[in-house]
Amino acid sequence: MIKHITTPLTPETINSLQAGDKVLISGIIYSARDAAHKRLFEMIKKGEKLPIQLEGQIIYYVGPCPAKPGTVIGSAGPTTSGRMDAYTPLLLEKGLKGMIGKGFRSKEVVDAIVKNEAVYFGAIGGAGALLADSIKSSKIVAFDDLGPEAIYEFKVENFPAIVIIDKYGNDLYKIGVEKYREI
Amino acid sequence: MREIHVDQIISAVERLCIDANVKLPEDVKAALNRALEKETSPLGKEILSDIIKNYQIAEEKDLAICQDTGFAVFFVKLGQDVRIVGGNFSDAINEGVRRGYKNGYLRKSIVNDPLIYRKNTGDNTPAIIHLEMVPGDKIHITFAPKGGGSENMSALRMLKPADGVEGVKKFVLETVRQAGPNPCPPIVVGVGIGGTIEVATLIAKKALLRPIGEHHPMPEIAKLEKELLEEVNKLGIGPQGFGGKTTALAVNIETFPAHIASLPVAINIQCHVARHMEIEI
Repeated sequence: MIKHITTPLTPETINSLQAGDKVLISGIIYSARDAAHKRLFEMIKKGEKLPIQLEGQIIYYVGPCPAKPGTVIGSAGPTTSGRMDAYTPLLLEKGLKGMIGKGFRSKEVVDAIVKNEAVYFGAIGGAGALLADSIKSSKIVAFDDLGPEAIYEFKVENFPAIVIIDKYGNDLYKIGVEKYREI
Repeated sequence: MREIHVDQIISAVERLCIDANVKLPEDVKAALNRALEKETSPLGKEILSDIIKNYQIAEEKDLAICQDTGFAVFFVKLGQDVRIVGGNFSDAINEGVRRGYKNGYLRKSIVNDPLIYRKNTGDNTPAIIHLEMVPGDKIHITFAPKGGGSENMSALRMLKPADGVEGVKKFVLETVRQAGPNPCPPIVVGVGIGGTIEVATLIAKKALLRPIGEHHPMPEIAKLEKELLEEVNKLGIGPQGFGGKTTALAVNIETFPAHIASLPVAINIQCHVARHMEIEI
């Protein structure tokens, strides 16, 4: 079964999601990867106003290819989430509710997901051309100077993802691999 | 001496950068399709068919297969009877990269300094150029853009000669298991055994250029490649790490003579977007 969800994420939506669920996300999501995370983190530490509102939002770990003329965006698949781990717990404390990426998260991040009732989604790594199809509009909203690492606001329709870590702390990477492991 | 003008190199490199990032090699496509048939995990099957759909969309729409269009890595065989005219050889490669990444709408992923400033160079340069002098009057250029996610999961270990085949196997399995979902499985595992540390890592990367399904000329090493592939696929990681039988599409090993004291082993991990393309001038 595929669940249709919209942003910003409500507590009801988050309560209903379980590791392994396939979802189609619609609404506004924000891109941010390494350099943007570092800046957001430092701004929070200094008590500065952030360029995006985090409450209820989803951050997509992506640095897209430039858009060709007449298109919304170039290839836009997920990057490895673990590099954002050092910054993620603070963002979750500030209201962030969802993350889209790929790969393992640290124990600190899993704990922060459970504590702050959030969710970690996976998108298919290396399927940037396919994923770009569900991005319907795109604009840079912060850190323009970072090039591909700037923060983009994307309007997505039926963006395909899978719940990897739910608010209960279940982890698809553990459940899935356990089922097929022979050595 | 045959003269080759830098302009010829620049335009060949520009073309290579664009084409290699848009079109997956046929052997990789075939391996992905075989994996789809063999995969037993329903979710794994869905992932593989989306991966196949992705490379088809990329080719149809002339889009990058993956947004990480990589570090521009070149393997150049330069004929010793070639004289390059009109400019500097490495400047020509870098200019080709600059034009290819701009005109192909590819992502610029290189920062100028790794530790302190990390400022994007804005044109995906500098390229990494591995140059080898060979007989003849031609230039053979292989371009292999390398994504950061899979490169980060690579590893090097200086084993003891006594660790032998079992030691190599253990290291490969450990590295792939630890990498898990991070390098976007199904992966290709390039293994370099022998030489000094820089040779081991270089031949591990060269191993990624060998077509999937071709094996090392030494029967013992070819056997090891097949055994390792089978064992890697028993780890259960599966497509994207969500569980399944397809963790790797191939394990390719390259070897080089070693010092009497050493058994260096390098593992270069490549995601399923195993891009490379070559051209001869």
